[in-house]
Amino acid sequence: MIPAAFEYYAPATVEEALQLLRELGPEAKLLAGGHSLLPMMKLRLSTPKALVDIGRIPDLRYIREEGNTLAIGATTTHWMIESSEVVRNRVPLLAEAAGRIGDVQVRNMGTIGGSLAHADPAADYPAAILALEAEIVAQGPRGKRSIPAAEFFKGLFTTALEPDELLVEVRIPVPVEKSGAAYLKFPHPASGFAVVGCAALLTLDGGRCQKARVAFTGVTEKAFRDRAVEDALTGKAPDEKTIASASQKAAEGVEPLSDIFASAEYRKHLAKVFARRALMAAASRAH
Amino acid sequence: MRVPISVTVNGTVYHHEVEPRLLLVYYLREVLGLTGTHIGCDTSNCGACTVMMNGLAVKSCTVLAVQANGAEILTVEGLARDGQLHPIQEGFWEEHGLQCGYCTPGMMIAALQLLQRNPDPSEAEIRHALEGNLCRCTGYQHIVNAVRYAARKMKESGAMPVGGR
Repeated sequence: MIPAAFEYYAPATVEEALQLLRELGPEAKLLAGGHSLLPMMKLRLSTPKALVDIGRIPDLRYIREEGNTLAIGATTTHWMIESSEVVRNRVPLLAEAAGRIGDVQVRNMGTIGGSLAHADPAADYPAAILALEAEIVAQGPRGKRSIPAAEFFKGLFTTALEPDELLVEVRIPVPVEKSGAAYLKFPHPASGFAVVGCAALLTLDGGRCQKARVAFTGVTEKAFRDRAVEDALTGKAPDEKTIASASQKAAEGVEPLSDIFASAEYRKHLAKVFARRALMAAASRAH
Repeated sequence: MRVPISVTVNGTVYHHEVEPRLLLVYYLREVLGLTGTHIGCDTSNCGACTVMMNGLAVKSCTVLAVQANGAEILTVEGLARDGQLHPIQEGFWEEHGLQCGYCTPGMMIAALQLLQRNPDPSEAEIRHALEGNLCRCTGYQHIVNAVRYAARKMKESGAMPVGGR
């Protein structure tokens, strides 16, 4: 399968990339690792007139510790995140989610910024990003702005990014000590995408949940935080019984996706099962 | 529009002008004539087209040739040195790691990536690392055995895997 013809630009800086986006207009698309975009172009589901390849901008590929924040450049690959000592030690939830994406070859090329901007409803990062309460930094002609993860995902393949903006960085607050987290998913047996994925993050204080964060991917048309489950845990000791009963509240009041592989009802059921498993794993790590 | 690229493949530098939509796998097969890299599913699932790009195993059906501009590529043709099979190739031979052979070039490059990152993998680690490569013949067990053979062989000889950095 061959993509439709397009023009190719490889800017060396973010400023050049933004300038190109302005000049080329909405018919141009940004290319990072290409592992979401190129398959769509090969199927001619996407036929951009031009590609702006940001994969050659060295300033966008980094993992930095800035005090209690981890700053990750947009074109940092899943493999870099999965294998980074800093990420594994400071934000193991993100390394765990990165390691569950696709396969080795996909993780070698795919990027965190590309995955987030693409906003596939079954992508792995969004659940982790929401549970971690990360911020997404976008740069455009009006300068930089920071978008909280909870406001970033707008719908199916839709985000809060403007067409002339570039996602440049993901900023993750490092969870405090006494936190435990886990990302678990039920992968589609053929594609590996999350039929349902759940990220859970628990922060304990005197054996009780001072904070609980639970987010899902795959369940509905966009990743979301499940406040009902979170509220049912806050202030309580995360024992098996409490977690089991809180998990029963998962994915209530949402409209799950339904397809040939998993009905809406089945997805809802999986959400409860994976909430329980992810929370149990998070609780066992929170010491 | 044609874009000039320069790519080092198995140690040889090539210069060409290519259409931006040309995929790396077609560049390797049809422009350079290196047909050892196979096209399987053409949807980045099966891994038959796996090559090394700057030391990273990638599915060349999902990489543009222009993205490989300036890169070092290693294909299955670059594994053997001076007529000597690479330990991974030897492992596939000795352990019957192939039947029809269609997936083998990609499988071997993925195995190379694994052994660069983890020279002594367990069976579970081998299976996990080869998740992106599908085989319809072997049932995978002989492929796992082949990779274990290669790991042993490389450990004994102290040989470094080629092509990585």
